[in-house]
Amino acid sequence: MNRKLLLGDEAIAQGAIDAGISGVYAYPGTPSTEIMEYIQKSKFAKEGKIHALWSANEKTAMEAALGMSYAGKRALVCMKHVGLNVAADAFMNSAITGVGGGLVVAVADDPSMHSSQNEQDSRYYGKFAQIIVLEPSNQQEAYEMTLGAFELSEKYGAPVLLRITTRLAHSRNGVDLQERRKPNEISLPEDPMQFVLLPSVAKKRYKILLSLQNEFVRESETSPFNKYFKGTNDKLGIITTGIAFNYLMENLSEGDLTFNVLKIGQYPIPIELVNKIYNDSEEILVLEEGYPLVEEYLRGLIAPSKKIMGRLTGEVPRDGELNPNIVAIALGFKMETSFEPPDFLTNRPPALCPGCGHRDVYKALNEVMENYGKQKVFSDIGCYTLGALPPFNSINSCVDMGASITMAKGAADAGLSPAIAVIGDSTFTHSGITGLLDAVNENSPITVIILDNSTVAMTGGQKASGEGKIPQICKGLGVEPEHVRVVEPLPKNHKLMVEIFKEEIEYKGVSVIVAQRECIQTLTRRKKALIKSKKITVTK
Amino acid sequence: MKKDIILAGVGGQGILSVAAVIGLAALDYGLVIKQSEVHGMSQRGGAVISHLRISDKEIYSDLIPEGKADMIISMEPLEALRHISFLKPGGWIISNNKPFVNIPDYPDKNKLYEELNSFPNSLLLNSDELAKKIKAPKSANIILVGAASLYLGIPFENLENGIKQIFGRKGEEVVAINLQALKLGRELAGSSA
Ligand SMILES: Cc1ncc(C[n+]2csc(CCOP(=O)(O)OP(=O)(O)O)c2C)c(N)n1
Repeated sequence: MNRKLLLGDEAIAQGAIDAGISGVYAYPGTPSTEIMEYIQKSKFAKEGKIHALWSANEKTAMEAALGMSYAGKRALVCMKHVGLNVAADAFMNSAITGVGGGLVVAVADDPSMHSSQNEQDSRYYGKFAQIIVLEPSNQQEAYEMTLGAFELSEKYGAPVLLRITTRLAHSRNGVDLQERRKPNEISLPEDPMQFVLLPSVAKKRYKILLSLQNEFVRESETSPFNKYFKGTNDKLGIITTGIAFNYLMENLSEGDLTFNVLKIGQYPIPIELVNKIYNDSEEILVLEEGYPLVEEYLRGLIAPSKKIMGRLTGEVPRDGELNPNIVAIALGFKMETSFEPPDFLTNRPPALCPGCGHRDVYKALNEVMENYGKQKVFSDIGCYTLGALPPFNSINSCVDMGASITMAKGAADAGLSPAIAVIGDSTFTHSGITGLLDAVNENSPITVIILDNSTVAMTGGQKASGEGKIPQICKGLGVEPEHVRVVEPLPKNHKLMVEIFKEEIEYKGVSVIVAQRECIQTLTRRKKALIKSKKITVTK
Repeated sequence: MKKDIILAGVGGQGILSVAAVIGLAALDYGLVIKQSEVHGMSQRGGAVISHLRISDKEIYSDLIPEGKADMIISMEPLEALRHISFLKPGGWIISNNKPFVNIPDYPDKNKLYEELNSFPNSLLLNSDELAKKIKAPKSANIILVGAASLYLGIPFENLENGIKQIFGRKGEEVVAINLQALKLGRELAGSSA
């Protein structure tokens, strides 16, 4: 048997390859990025048998995948949890159109917000779209569920959501692999109107989705990923979802516990199995990596007669990811740690790299803003968000990708002056372009600084979709050419940058300053690769 | 057989290659591993940690429970102490003693050493210097692995195989230098044990 050491993300990627996908579409985002990266490195992608390139954002990725599915082939879409907000329109409606070739949406949630703005739980999106959701507890399951997800998607003609969380995404374990399935040939939907969601069609398609709901529950009842372990002690029944099962088992192997356990890995929630553990047990403890989804269902509005414990009752913390210690405490075990970190330790937050061009921009901007007052700089998501922290303290917002430009516009509409937006190149092409068009249409008095480091730096240096095109895009949108300025953020250009920033802030219309200099990380990597391939030699 | 190891350092210090060497060695020896890593934001010069679990039986949790780690291997002294609550009584701390100062309020290093030395099983190595001495400045981490090897429960030859697997594609020279670093770490730990 073929066994490989894989991250949870990589197990999904390998599962998709072996499920016979013809394409994978994604926009990077921690903790989902490695799914696409793994497939890109596979021989199938290199031979052109799997289309594996980054999309401009999650919505375009979702739609391209739906297009591939329309053409009869299997497609995987990957994103981080907040990416699903961006793709939500396409995602929700793909449940109505249904699919041709298997369509699996892999979404990586980030409870505890290690690298994210929130810890939203994507299982609610699955429920919202009324489709099957799979949630692995380990890397082997991540692999098998991906294979299974494509089968379920083609069996029911519906997309399937595969949800993982940070710890599984970024943890390695051995995975046993299966033979690769044959990819699909091109085929078109039998009904040429299937994907035309005019109200008349949409009403029919929605009824089809509704008619599948009981089948989805039946699949859950018999799914190999939902298992009931009847114990010998009925005092407590424990329901786990996803990776929570591991933390429970970690503790069970310590003490000798014999309680009833229901492990859930496939949704909709298996109703009969839940009833079984409820009836068998005196009390219920729910352990979920994420929001209290199952727990809320169990409790309902009218509390059931038996005690239900979990995040809503305080046995488990209301927010944040789980870990073995939290689960131990929920089980009533005593947790002793022997050592505490001494109180003179200091924090070490992430910071902009030495030599990063973002630093030079913030230095210049700070100098200019001394004349204009504080809290007038809207920003966005990327490495440059670190400019909110000392020593820069340069920016005053980071909400969702693209929001810097539109928030600056709204604030300018309200009379704030000046209103500045600082946005990365990838964030700009992801969701900033449409906002800039809004501003251009009203000639809003905003100054937009686009930090063009030619890459998606925050997530590890993926290809940026606007590489080399940013000034052109801005001019194309209608920003006056003389107010599209390009600067090279280097210490030696400090004075020049200060001048240009001032000039454009003084201009009472839309101006864009593109600060263009390659990311120091990708530059170093590129140089190393060149030296290695002997294309350049270093002279000392 | 079960070893739970916390690897600590600063983003960019290479804790993942340390994890990979030990992890591959464990697999080579026929054990199973789970290894949780930090990707994303904190890799930009922030504190990073990896949980490496080695066992001859199925491992459930990707994370080591607090108070249960057999060993902390740290690329620098402040980070060694940051995760001290994971260490079990009698567990080992093996750390590079060279501070990585990228914050304005880095604590007094002597206070760090004092604290670290108060643990009965701690080994502070000036692995940066040692690595330079054997002309392998990039192998300071591997010296730490060598030092840890006495307590890992994995035969030395499997660790050597781990090195060969990790560095193999970088050429024989790199493999040789890292094998030397591994051996040096082992000898140092042996002589102070
Ligand atoms: C909707 C959404 N998708 C993805 C992410 C993850 N993410 C955060 S920053 C970033 C990229 C930023 O790239 P860029 O704007 O070029 O800035 P840089 O990091 O290069 O400075 C990504 C993909 C996110 N936070 N939200």
